[in-house]
Amino acid sequence: MTAAASPPEVLRAPLVVEFPFTRSLGPVQSAFLSGLRDRVVLGVTTSAGTVMVPPVEYDPVTAEELRELVEVAPTGTVTTWAWNGSPRPHQPLGTPFAWVLVRLDGADTAILHALDAPGPEAVTTGMRVRIRWAAERVGAITDIACFEPADDRTDPTDPTDPTGSADPAAAPVPHSGTFADPVTGIVAEARLDYTYSPGRAQTAYINALAERRTVGERCPSCHKVYVPPRGACPTCGVATTDQVEVGPAGTVTTFCIVNIKAKNLDIEVPYVYAHIALDGADLALHGRIGGIPYDQVRMGLRVEPVWTDGGRHPDHYRPTGEPDADYDAYKELI
Amino acid sequence: MPTTSRYARDVAVVAFAQSDHLRRTDELSEVEMVMPVLHEVLAATGLKAGEIGFTCSGSSDYLAGRAFSFTMTLDGVGAWPPISESHVEMDGAWALYEAWVKIQTGEADTALVYAYGKSSPGSVRDVLTRQLDPYYLAPLWPDSVALAALQARALIDAGQTDEAALAAVGARSRAAARHNPHAQLRGSVAQGDYQVAPLRTGDCPPVGDGAAAVILAAGDSARRLCERPAWITGIDHRIEAHGLGLRDLTDSPSTRLAAERAGFFDAPVDTAELHAPFSSQEVVLRKALGLGDEVTVNPSGGALAANPMMAAGLIRIGEAAARIHRGASDRAVAHATSGPCLQQNLVAVLEGDRA
Repeated sequence: MTAAASPPEVLRAPLVVEFPFTRSLGPVQSAFLSGLRDRVVLGVTTSAGTVMVPPVEYDPVTAEELRELVEVAPTGTVTTWAWNGSPRPHQPLGTPFAWVLVRLDGADTAILHALDAPGPEAVTTGMRVRIRWAAERVGAITDIACFEPADDRTDPTDPTDPTGSADPAAAPVPHSGTFADPVTGIVAEARLDYTYSPGRAQTAYINALAERRTVGERCPSCHKVYVPPRGACPTCGVATTDQVEVGPAGTVTTFCIVNIKAKNLDIEVPYVYAHIALDGADLALHGRIGGIPYDQVRMGLRVEPVWTDGGRHPDHYRPTGEPDADYDAYKELI
Repeated sequence: MPTTSRYARDVAVVAFAQSDHLRRTDELSEVEMVMPVLHEVLAATGLKAGEIGFTCSGSSDYLAGRAFSFTMTLDGVGAWPPISESHVEMDGAWALYEAWVKIQTGEADTALVYAYGKSSPGSVRDVLTRQLDPYYLAPLWPDSVALAALQARALIDAGQTDEAALAAVGARSRAAARHNPHAQLRGSVAQGDYQVAPLRTGDCPPVGDGAAAVILAAGDSARRLCERPAWITGIDHRIEAHGLGLRDLTDSPSTRLAAERAGFFDAPVDTAELHAPFSSQEVVLRKALGLGDEVTVNPSGGALAANPMMAAGLIRIGEAAARIHRGASDRAVAHATSGPCLQQNLVAVLEGDRA
């Protein structure tokens, strides 16, 4: 039973990917983030005397290990900026703001963060800013809620400004990096939202399943029928376009017994998961075997799909009652 | 044949193909998108899938939103019986580098390199924030346009460009793309509103889906497969410190160093295909490479005309090679980038046999 593939009727579904990575901090990052929690900004000094804020653990030039911590000021100078008129989800401020790189007083490198300002006309490179601390601080870069314009008009790093160069805040102060109850890890939360489309071949497969039919696709070169179809023959590397209805019954080619219950899975263990070669298919798909004690499932067992009301795919496969298939009938499909 | 060779083996790009780059390709799975370009380069060389010595691809799971997404596209290669294969979670230009190394080792004479990306299922500006340092940057979700805008402002403050000059880069790129049937944006495109100031819509790359493929071959194989092979006479890639505040954003020392090591400065080039997704990044790259007005930059339209993530860098190498194949260039430079604000840079020098 062969028919030309119908024109694509594209399926779409929301796909949410969330990943809360738990990350441990080394001694330098632990000190820096513990410091932010306690409203102290730490940098690290290189052997060349450069003070890097935020601090890194290894010198990006020499790869030398860096551990010498210093405290710098919560005030600084904007080194470059960009006006973000339409903040995106998760960004530090919900109202229009400037992204800024800020060289804190006492530091030689700049930190990236947000600057709360009324509009782009209020922001310039070289402007003075200071940290606005988050009300609740946990030991994360977001303990800095944002930067805000500072009312001091001097730039301590400007050697032509005698007031500025005399500013004691410009001198970094050695710091032990020791804090009570130090932060040793962070949880890096992320959520990304997608709209997933499975493409032509898999759309046809899923649509047919909704009608309780299983369709594969035949390779025009080697004539094998792939189920589920992905649109290409992995042997010949060409598009598979001819749809072929297979099954509904099939043969267990191999199986395993699952003894560990998966999270959120409402199936009692032990149960059997099997490779099933549907009649007419040249590739086995996999599914759960039910309706038979787990220790009686065998290679060659003839099975058929069991659909549940409203299900978009077979819930499981059960024995048909036919005699077992000969090994020779399925040995190429194992 | 290269006049001078710095490597054990002479390796050339002998075929290049790319898809039409489109805003969305919902009707195609990734393998369905990749297969036509694979068939095109195989047909151009007459090679069969099983005759390829090594296969390497570039793509990103974060674009697809699924783990090991590249394994799906292997069906389009003809991966059975088993083939020698690898993958980089980067732009395909780095897959080409790996394939080039494989040929240098003598373990393969030919290689198929392909790359693809579908940005349409997600929000690529947000997706790319996940490649940033997870401690100090990623929690702030600074998107790719915002980071490029910081770089653009630094260039403007340094007096190296202005908004009008940036707009001219975008306009020139899209005008050049009129002759590129694969490009996503062609001809006149409005400069538009600020996305993240000082960058406007016209300074930013289009978001889209696309794929590309290249075949590499060594020595006599290259001569047999291609009338005028594009010999890779130099290739190198370099990286800069991850922290943006540690870098001079107005310069790209990693590009310059890679170019030096690739022999770029040994002789003039006539063509440059630069992977500069933002207009301001072309300013940085021209300076790093010391390109003058005598060099044709991005005759394809570049990434401002089509920027399929993970394929756009490989396409720069392919476009440069294609110009050599058809005799429009004798010595070209191709550049690929990855990461925020030109963090990682690959430079390849391509040369055709002189008549």
